[in-house]
Amino acid sequence: MNTVNARSAGPDRGRLARTGGVVLLLAAAVALPFVSSSPYVLDIAIQMLFYMALALGLNVVVGYAGLLDLGYAAYFAVGAYTLGILTKTFQVNFWLALLAAGVFAMLLGSFIGMTVLRLRSDYLTMVTLGFGEIIRITANNLKITGGPTGIFGIMAPKVFGLSLGQPRNIYFVMLIVVVLSTIAMARLGNSRVGRAWACLREDQDAAEAMGINTLGYKLLAYLTGTFWGGLTGAFFAVKMTAVSPGSFSFMQSVTVLLAVVMGGMGSVPGVVLGGALVILLPEMLRAVSDWRYLVFGAALVLLMLFRPAGLWPARHAGKEEV
Amino acid sequence: MPLLSVENVTLTFGGLTAIRDLSFQVHAGEIVGLIGPNGAGKTSIFNCITGFYQPASGQIVFDGRSVLGLRPHRRTELGMARTFQNLRLFPNLTAAENVMAGAHCRTRAGLFTSMLRTPAQRLEERQVREMALHWLEFVGLKDQANRFSKNLPYGAQRRLEIARAMASQPKLLLLDEPAAGLNPAEKESLMELIYKIREGGVTPLLIEHDMSLVMRICSRLVVLDHGEKIAEGDPESVRNNPRVIEAYLGKEEEGA
Repeated sequence: MNTVNARSAGPDRGRLARTGGVVLLLAAAVALPFVSSSPYVLDIAIQMLFYMALALGLNVVVGYAGLLDLGYAAYFAVGAYTLGILTKTFQVNFWLALLAAGVFAMLLGSFIGMTVLRLRSDYLTMVTLGFGEIIRITANNLKITGGPTGIFGIMAPKVFGLSLGQPRNIYFVMLIVVVLSTIAMARLGNSRVGRAWACLREDQDAAEAMGINTLGYKLLAYLTGTFWGGLTGAFFAVKMTAVSPGSFSFMQSVTVLLAVVMGGMGSVPGVVLGGALVILLPEMLRAVSDWRYLVFGAALVLLMLFRPAGLWPARHAGKEEV
Repeated sequence: MPLLSVENVTLTFGGLTAIRDLSFQVHAGEIVGLIGPNGAGKTSIFNCITGFYQPASGQIVFDGRSVLGLRPHRRTELGMARTFQNLRLFPNLTAAENVMAGAHCRTRAGLFTSMLRTPAQRLEERQVREMALHWLEFVGLKDQANRFSKNLPYGAQRRLEIARAMASQPKLLLLDEPAAGLNPAEKESLMELIYKIREGGVTPLLIEHDMSLVMRICSRLVVLDHGEKIAEGDPESVRNNPRVIEAYLGKEEEGA
């Protein structure tokens, strides 16, 4: 009898602890701008939110479907430029421009996806690596993107009467984006679609034999990821009020990928944690100034040695529940 | 009308002909066995039927329609399911999740309904889970539902693959050497399982090396050698067919 009770209490207590943790974390996140008046702290927090959103998007591609994308910053850039050009040059409504940023990133993604995803997954890695650079170089040379100087003076839109030019307001908007994305992604991972992606990642031929349209699901994962990238890019443009090619380097793609791998591929809490850490750790290491990336690098090597599945691994990478 | 009709199929890999002008039929309700020595082309014809290989010529008609040119997942939707010779489970998914994946083509939930977790999606998810448990029970693995498939013993993995295939609600179940590596007791229960599958209205088509099993379970055998059909008929006549004996045991030397 006792053991039965203990067993049934176990998951409940775990659930309670989890809910409690989430509530505490959210309360802390909401309180942060009121507790700390430092613009530096708020800026770091906003950056963390951006990387969390990006990591959640890339996690669908890399973590769920097992497709390695080395040029994720391209979609981030496309989203940022789309919003910048549409609102500044064409005076398009903010919400429309936001949607367009996501959709346009997705269209480019489908162009890459339809051509490359037919091949084995390794080819995607190579093509996206090149594509990331192509986007940056194109932005550097086109007139409409403002060349090397980019687009500046993007007007901060008002959302529900609050100007997004205020760091505190954009902080809350991004917080909402991250919270909603987290819920959506967690649900997606634990659904028919998520299972199809997991099968694809595990064994493509067997997935196809089970009636899963592997090409279609690869494309779906890729497009979901690119849409998220584009959307986050649009918010980034609003926050910075300017976009320039320099913001979308290869390092940007690597940092987002790092957030996913470090946190735990396929694990939603993991990649959120990873997104926070890729910003927080280098900042906290500012004390050691020039040495900070060396220390960061060493920390990553240690991580890969001792926690190869990430800091907060996905369930499938960890222990099974019996 | 046969459930499956393979008509004059030829499969080539470059200059090598793996299957030459092969024809056979499977009718609903019978248990047909494909046998033949190693390299005879048995798995190749499975791959042609399920869409992993494209035959160079010939026709494959399933349930009254040609399936040539359809991708494997479309053929699964039409009612074919298969297992693999070398077990192709999803190792890092649980047994239940493996079976749920098999039900993919019979369920509908998409990206948005999954993100929004609509009532219809939740209902479907519950039904799929129940269905998975049903098929796990069918193959005797209900108590293993939450174990990773890679951690199951070999025999259980074989059965799990059958449960996963059954979850796609097939009309035709292609079993590629289901008894390979099983001990005699496991083979007995496999035979019972295959009978049970047929009683449920699913037609099994199996490749098998274990002659005693094939002879006992199959109502009809198709014998392949070097990509060609050398015999077809009931087990008794196949067993006594000189060409079959020759293919398996080699030709007796002249004057020996």
